[in-house]
Amino acid sequence: MTWAGSIFDTAGTPAERIARLAWFLIIVSAVTYLLVLVATGIAIRRARARRTRGDLADTRPETAKRLTRNVAIATIATTLILLVYVTATALTGKAIAWPLNARQPLTIEVTGYQWWWQFRYRDSVPSNWLTTSNELHIPVGRPVRVILLSNDVIHSFWIPELHGKQDLIPGHRNTTWIQADRPGVWKAHCAEFCGHQHAKMQFDVVAESPAQFDQWYRRQLASALPPTDSAAKRGHDVFVQRTCIMCHSINGTEAGSNVGPELTHIASRPSIAAGSLPNTRVNLGRWILNPQLIKPGVRMPPNALSPADMNALLDYLETLK
Amino acid sequence: MSAQPLPAERAVESDPNSPASLHDRLERVWRNGPGLWGWLTSVNHKSIALRSIITAFAFFGIAGVEAALMRVQLARPENSFIGPDLYNQLFTTHGSAMMFLFAVPVVQSVALYFVPIMIGTRNVAFPRLNAFGYWTYLIGGVLLFSGLFTNTGPDQGWFSYVPLAGPGFSPGKRVDIWAQMITFTEIAAIVAAIEVIVTVFKQRAPGMSLNRVPPFVWAMVVMSFMVLVAMPYVATASAMLAMDRLIATQFFNYAEGGDALLWQHLFWFFGHPEVYIIFIPGLGMVSAIVATFSRRPVFGYTAVVLSLVAIGFLSFGLWVHHMFATPLTQTGQSFFTAASAMIAIPTGVTIFCWIATIWSGRPRFDTPMLYVVGFIALFTIGGLSGLLLASVPVDLQITDTDFLPGHIHYVLLGGMVFPLFGALHYWFPKVTGRMMSERLGKVSFWLLFIGVNVTFFPQLLLGIAGMPRRVYTYLADSGWGGLNLTSSIGAGLIALGMLLLVINVARSLAAGAAAGADPWGGETLEWAISSPAPDYNFAYIPIVHGRSALWADTGDLDAVAGLREDRREILQTTMLDAVPDSRHEHPDPTIVPLLTALAVGVGLIWGIFDPIGFVVGGVLTFIALAAWGWPEKPSLTRARSWRCQSDRRR
Amino acid sequence: MRTRRYLRQWGRIAAICALGLALACEREKRRFNDASPSAPAYAAVTLDTLQPGVPSPELTVKSPSEGNAYDIAQGKQLFEQWNCSGCHSHGGGGMGPPLMDNEWIYGSSPENIVATIVEGRPNGMPSFRNRITANQLWQLAAYVRSMSGLEAKAPSPGRNDGMQYKVDEQRTPFRTPRASASKTLPAKSERP
Repeated sequence: MTWAGSIFDTAGTPAERIARLAWFLIIVSAVTYLLVLVATGIAIRRARARRTRGDLADTRPETAKRLTRNVAIATIATTLILLVYVTATALTGKAIAWPLNARQPLTIEVTGYQWWWQFRYRDSVPSNWLTTSNELHIPVGRPVRVILLSNDVIHSFWIPELHGKQDLIPGHRNTTWIQADRPGVWKAHCAEFCGHQHAKMQFDVVAESPAQFDQWYRRQLASALPPTDSAAKRGHDVFVQRTCIMCHSINGTEAGSNVGPELTHIASRPSIAAGSLPNTRVNLGRWILNPQLIKPGVRMPPNALSPADMNALLDYLETLK
Repeated sequence: MSAQPLPAERAVESDPNSPASLHDRLERVWRNGPGLWGWLTSVNHKSIALRSIITAFAFFGIAGVEAALMRVQLARPENSFIGPDLYNQLFTTHGSAMMFLFAVPVVQSVALYFVPIMIGTRNVAFPRLNAFGYWTYLIGGVLLFSGLFTNTGPDQGWFSYVPLAGPGFSPGKRVDIWAQMITFTEIAAIVAAIEVIVTVFKQRAPGMSLNRVPPFVWAMVVMSFMVLVAMPYVATASAMLAMDRLIATQFFNYAEGGDALLWQHLFWFFGHPEVYIIFIPGLGMVSAIVATFSRRPVFGYTAVVLSLVAIGFLSFGLWVHHMFATPLTQTGQSFFTAASAMIAIPTGVTIFCWIATIWSGRPRFDTPMLYVVGFIALFTIGGLSGLLLASVPVDLQITDTDFLPGHIHYVLLGGMVFPLFGALHYWFPKVTGRMMSERLGKVSFWLLFIGVNVTFFPQLLLGIAGMPRRVYTYLADSGWGGLNLTSSIGAGLIALGMLLLVINVARSLAAGAAAGADPWGGETLEWAISSPAPDYNFAYIPIVHGRSALWADTGDLDAVAGLREDRREILQTTMLDAVPDSRHEHPDPTIVPLLTALAVGVGLIWGIFDPIGFVVGGVLTFIALAAWGWPEKPSLTRARSWRCQSDRRR
Repeated sequence: MRTRRYLRQWGRIAAICALGLALACEREKRRFNDASPSAPAYAAVTLDTLQPGVPSPELTVKSPSEGNAYDIAQGKQLFEQWNCSGCHSHGGGGMGPPLMDNEWIYGSSPENIVATIVEGRPNGMPSFRNRITANQLWQLAAYVRSMSGLEAKAPSPGRNDGMQYKVDEQRTPFRTPRASASKTLPAKSERP
């Protein structure tokens, strides 16, 4: 069953096992519910018949004995179902635990901010650590250890297609793991109320073949190339001489602030504004001009730029692939 | 005192030709004072409980309007009806008002109204404390909504997780108002719990041993014990949060030795029993209605009572299932899965016993009984969806999604509001002396039943589909628009059903058919007195010979004579077997409880802004309490309590 | 008769609500998108109100962030994230002058503080012209004032999350501002 975006749209082992358990529990619940409804329905019908016949309520000891037996059977049946339930839960819990024999796991450190995501890939070579924002790439078939940190309040890391969620709690170092078994592009959500823009704190997840992942990784590590044409040059000047430089960084330029998401390869991202807006020129322009109209309460202020400056800036940002 | 059969006590009416009749004498002693002053000084449990129920329904209405506004906002993706700041205030006050200002107060008030009558006494154990509890609750509720209407409504969620609710990320006084509202309502809840417990254990009618106490009363006693254990945790937690914000303590600051998870443990240790505090009285009301309308006592009395107690105990061992996504050990979490599963067993036992009651009964399907069947149909969905949530792996996928509002509303609406509305139709004749309209009742029931399903089943599906909760909007390409629209339409149906219910109440108050003392033929003691109940409840305290007080005896009730008719006096009996023990004088109406509540209110509200408020409030409260407890001059003829010499055979 | 009594009753309640609204309004407003008095406006601001003749009335510009809890909290976040502490150290001073004392070299009013941030000052205060938007400038100014207790208690921030380095602004007593000469001028013998 592939209801896109749902917990049944599984793309990895943990999510698959959970979905199987969920299905099992839903079916058991539905059957139980039907039984309860049927029992109630029969009770009502029999008792109504008694009223039509004109009989009084049945408080005879034989009836009481029979009913006691029935209630006892129902209680024992409930207990047995619950035992099955607990066992199934325990088995699934074991199956989705971090695989101890995981070979060459990838380690990613996720830091939640109000209201965006920072991902730091901890390569085995420290100088190859990659920091990027709001877009997570993972290689298919390789287990990924995810370390969860928070810069401010409690957030929650949730990719429904891959695994259940885990909270990012300031002062705690939580961990989870994911593994994609097929390529795909998914939307992940923050799943713990974290303030005004909790609703639009999302990120894109891209699972791709190991070769494509390496290619992407190398490209992300590279600094931004200096702009060549005059429009982009003017846009670069706007970036480093106006408000942008106070919060954003672009590797290879003078912009090095880590207050907001880093933008070195902004043009390669499918979405902006923490996964909530498709990355088009028009959207980017709208966002820069007044983010408060799109995500009221977000930390980025409105920026009054002249149309010429704005166009130049957009030209420059489009070169940051 | 002697026990002799006395003239029929089914419906006491005053004889207009005899102005000094028993009814008149007792009324003169037990009635409230006249006018506004009488209303402010009342210590009558029925007056206080009724106004508390009306207050609770007023808060229910406001919170319901908030829910309607939220559903309008969510009906379409990227809707601009309500922005994030107002939406956050709406869902926080909706949750807080429903949980703290409606659900717990209304079930406690129903208890405070009917438990004394059902056990055959004239008032609760501490009448002035009862009044104090109501005023405190009222001040707390007004505080919360004054906040909302002055843009100071709390916006951090009703569960108020830190650090979002801490001083760093919630500027202003919004969270402080929430924290102080908690203090007010917890005081009121603990007061009401004390009343119920002491009244039930010390003031039952002679002969009503513990194994003859109606299941409704048992449910209220279990609930009250749970309140005593659980409420202090949330009051402590909110005090710690208020202190972090006001005087820079470090309870929840990880860098200075505190922990954000501490809040979650404290809150949910209260929060989980809280929902059972709300749910168990619902079970009690269902017991009462099922028995009366099936024309037989509840099947499996012992099993039902023991199950209620078991649910009460077990509910304290489940709280971590709200925290499965936090870094707690897996072994620890598995324990809570098992405990959460275990609580389904006693819950199942009670439902099976009620089905057995119906099975062997002779039911009439008037509106109260419809609500009971509705309860079974809705609550079971809620409970089964709860089982899905109790399993750690599945919970990690569906917690904090829209699945949860679906689950909680099924259990709360199905498990408490439906029994409450059934109880409303059931006891309305007793409280007002008029019957509600059956036709309107049935129509509003069906509207509500269908509305609840249309509103909340799509939310279960939306959670599975991946929609998070507590979001003020969602993106158009998410595909969640259709289900959200359906849910919002269902909310409209619920609103319509509620409106019809309100119209039913209003019309019945004005012109409903006159109800006698016992329109349903019930088994418990409240049906032995007139409708509406006289201020003194029972002219003579009845003697109970069996579990169903009115069905065990045919003909007239035995009663006890000897309580004074010139001042307020109640009969105290022993705890286990209800043998008459002593008589106690009860206080007359007094303004002191209101003054004490105002003193506490001044202190707590001022304390939101400056710690000096607690000092001032403490001094004022001390003065008020001194007035409360001021000893009277000793007198040879006015002793407070008399020991009974009982010549009654056990 | 009854209707008139109800109306009077509700009229009184409405009046109380309006009063409450007015009082709490300012502290709790969250202005996400309101336009602030923009940069050029405080170009009219002078460091001192002393003027020959009759002082011009447009010397002061009203800050929209005064007494606003959300804005002051935002100002605190901006202060920390833009590393004003690098020189001013959470208000205690270091390379730059302290901000939590009662000595103000360039004026303590919100528009003076905004002017300081925008223009920069001799001996090390950078100019943030065009770098910080008008809204954020007013938020920063309100926070800087709260560091010496110049903002009211209720809207001032409580303790920060993280290591504690000073008494929080909410409990900082009011420190009457007084003008002082710059303390960072080099000694006479060291001036070029």
